[in-house]
Amino acid sequence: MFKILKYSFYDLMRSRWSYVYFIFYLALGFMLLFLNNDLSKAVITLMNVIIVLVPLIATIFGVMYFYNSREFTQLLLAQPLKRTQIFLGQYFGVAGSLCLSLVLGLGIPFVFYGLFKSSAIWDFGLLLVTGGFLTLIFTALSFNIALSNANKIKGFGYAVLLWLFLAVIYDGLFLLSLILFEAYPLDNFSLAGTLLNPIDLSRTLILLKLDISALLGYTGAVFKQFFGTEAGLLISLGVLLLWTGLPIWWLTRQARRKDF
Amino acid sequence: MAKRLTYLRPRVAPHGSTFPDAAGALSLILLLTLCLTWVPALAQPGTIRVCPDCGVSSLREAIALATAHDTLLIGAGTYRESEIAIDKPLTLIAEGRAVIDGEKKGEVITIEADSVTIDGLEVRNVGVSYTRDNAAIRVVNSRAFTIRNVVMEGLFFGIYLEKSREGLVEDNTIRGEAEEEFNSGNGIQLWYCKDVVVTGNIVKRVRDGIYLEFSDRILIENNTSADNIRYGLHFMFSNDDQYRNNRFENNGAGVAVMFSKHIEMHSNTFRKNWGTASFGLLLKEINDAEITGNTFEENTVGISIEGSNRIAYRGNVFANNGWAIKVRGACYANTFSGNDFLHNAFDVSYNSNVNDNVFRGNFWSDYAGYDLDRDGRGDVPYRPVKLFSYIVNRTPETIVLLRSLFMDLIDFSEKVSPVFTPDNLVDPYPKMKRNL
Amino acid sequence: MIQIKNLHKRFGKNQVLEGLALDLKPGGIYAVLGPNGSGKTTLIKCILGMVLPDRGTISVGGADIRRNPGYREAISYLPQIASFPGNLRVGELIDMILDLRKQTADPAPLIGMFRLEPHLDKRLSALSGGTLQKVNLVLTFMFDTPLYILDEPTTGLDPASLIRLKERIHSMREQGKTLLVTTHIMQFVEEVADQVIYLLEGKIYFRGTLDALKNKTGQQDVEHAIAAIAMKDHV
Repeated sequence: MFKILKYSFYDLMRSRWSYVYFIFYLALGFMLLFLNNDLSKAVITLMNVIIVLVPLIATIFGVMYFYNSREFTQLLLAQPLKRTQIFLGQYFGVAGSLCLSLVLGLGIPFVFYGLFKSSAIWDFGLLLVTGGFLTLIFTALSFNIALSNANKIKGFGYAVLLWLFLAVIYDGLFLLSLILFEAYPLDNFSLAGTLLNPIDLSRTLILLKLDISALLGYTGAVFKQFFGTEAGLLISLGVLLLWTGLPIWWLTRQARRKDF
Repeated sequence: MAKRLTYLRPRVAPHGSTFPDAAGALSLILLLTLCLTWVPALAQPGTIRVCPDCGVSSLREAIALATAHDTLLIGAGTYRESEIAIDKPLTLIAEGRAVIDGEKKGEVITIEADSVTIDGLEVRNVGVSYTRDNAAIRVVNSRAFTIRNVVMEGLFFGIYLEKSREGLVEDNTIRGEAEEEFNSGNGIQLWYCKDVVVTGNIVKRVRDGIYLEFSDRILIENNTSADNIRYGLHFMFSNDDQYRNNRFENNGAGVAVMFSKHIEMHSNTFRKNWGTASFGLLLKEINDAEITGNTFEENTVGISIEGSNRIAYRGNVFANNGWAIKVRGACYANTFSGNDFLHNAFDVSYNSNVNDNVFRGNFWSDYAGYDLDRDGRGDVPYRPVKLFSYIVNRTPETIVLLRSLFMDLIDFSEKVSPVFTPDNLVDPYPKMKRNL
Repeated sequence: MIQIKNLHKRFGKNQVLEGLALDLKPGGIYAVLGPNGSGKTTLIKCILGMVLPDRGTISVGGADIRRNPGYREAISYLPQIASFPGNLRVGELIDMILDLRKQTADPAPLIGMFRLEPHLDKRLSALSGGTLQKVNLVLTFMFDTPLYILDEPTTGLDPASLIRLKERIHSMREQGKTLLVTTHIMQFVEEVADQVIYLLEGKIYFRGTLDALKNKTGQQDVEHAIAAIAMKDHV
């Protein structure tokens, strides 16, 4: 698997898209810090970007890579290699290169502006960790979609739809159900609703870390109580891991059962 | 009872310093000269030295020995005394670090006479009681008192002014250790007082930093009230008061003004009053007030307004608050002009869709309009109320969707065509650059 | 070498293989023939494990392939369509496959044989179809395995290369290798195949030597013999 990962990764490092994303994040980081010299404020603005753009980029890039590397996949399938390794290797190659673009692209400007001397380093670290998780999750989801749809256009459509659902529509339904059931105690419901969507979970984790919890009022207190404890943090980390692990597991299962 | 020698009482201007003006000083000197020639016994108001090793080694003893208008010079050392009643006009001045240790046995000093000055003592270990509001220094039914440079620690209540007037509370430091509201007292409390000046004090970690109840014409200036359990400053049923240039930081909540009239609030700083139910300033049933030149920074709610009418908000800065202004209940004829709203999660929130307040010429950091005629005012009106803040008012739990893309989208669509938020709630002339 | 019993495979409504059985002894060249859509490629992919059968068992080298995941190391496979990542160079591709398979291999004589030296530094996207097929052949033949499965090996080859390919195949027969070849070029079958396996409607319709096929159909050449089978079926 590591060999395939290596070749996928080299392949991506050669493709111009990795650089496009790297330069995009780099420009974003510098621009934010230039406009707003305060590291911790830039972290907040960055959060908005990360929870929306990182999943979108991972989704699109994952689908695109999968379809574009069909030949590579075919070639590997012709060799005596395990299928799960072929797909996992490619998956980790893509997700790894995306994570690298993210970490370096954002890390360089922030280090440049004195991150290591700033108290924002932990917030920034959390930002990168959640960004990394979102990359892993959405790349895995997009690989699954691409693997089960031979039709490129359909695959792209479903992948973008999935992103749209988790980034926007889910929150709309969430909001609607909160308003519909406002007569009932909703703390546990909103907690569950947050845990179930990786984008919402990441957003909440960052918000609480940035101490915006006071804004969240009573519900915020419940959230703080949950996420603030070690158990809560472990649970949310577990949920993120689950969100990463389940699509990967499904990918290997699909890879094992599919005819090529 | 205490002899009343009122002719020496310094005059206290209601909103000024206690120092008599030049003419007053002259007449005082004249009077003193008269006294010198007429009353030999008072020719030189006595000075009594108190120190742990002197002949007079306790305050209680010194007060008993003293006659009116004597000065007690209190030497460095610790005096373990409580329930010290000052029942005649005296001046107590600390020489060196004079510590009065109440040993947690009730109140420490009670002033029951006019024209008493306490300068520079250190008072500690007030007894905590659930039935009596014990204070480090209590002033009862007195006029023309001065409490200055006193350091208070180990508190229940700090300075408790009761039915007193024309006094000065200046440059004191009050440091409590309050943990819970029910077993802590207030730093400086005024109850049925008039014409008192509270200035330059530092009050930390008590229940309310400064608390006013039924107290009128009080000036509160240049104080720092921080880390208090409940409020930095609290008005109840108090009228015609003024507070300015104070700093309220990191309190349970900054300043609460309730059921009071004609309160002027200028140039104060409200910072980091950050917590689930916290706010910088709470106005409840307040009419006809002015709030100008204040800074509200990093509060959960900058100003929370309930049932308050005809208030002018001018030239304030609201920066990085959760809600800059939260309007609850009926509030009419308020004007917001020339303020700066910078990077608040919500600038203005309403819980109804009726608006009778005016927003004009404010700077809004979220404003995305343009100024083609370059007159410094945006050509497109700004709507300070977001749909999301309206939804949050309705269903508080929805706040968990803060900063989600969906909310940004519906906020945008509401901005384009308002349906739920008050249609006339706009700033027609938003500024392009900061007012301040 | 290969035993297949009762092999079934359906793609959607299309029953491609229906109870196919096959037993191939080691050594020799087997040509798999049949009309388009008769299941040749599916059969090969089943043997390679790329398509999972609905029913039936396949053993390669005496062991059931489902219980012996490493069996494919004994097989070199030439895919029908040469598909390579376009941004790799030929030399890099060969190195990569060598690195991935980790089996003894000897690409140098093959590169010489197919005259690929001038192309080693070119990107695969810049190569013609015939050259790509030569690269494909190098990747397949460079490993020394007992079984070779070739899916349309002649596609796009110029006559000179075709002759070299045939020579190579003959030399492999002499080495006692087993080759499974699909092709539509009957002349090629005639020249190289020891046995013909004719697939029709998901089953083996005929299996035997070329002479037996000619005798059975009463035709003089293979092309007509094959055509005769197909015609007979339609009658």
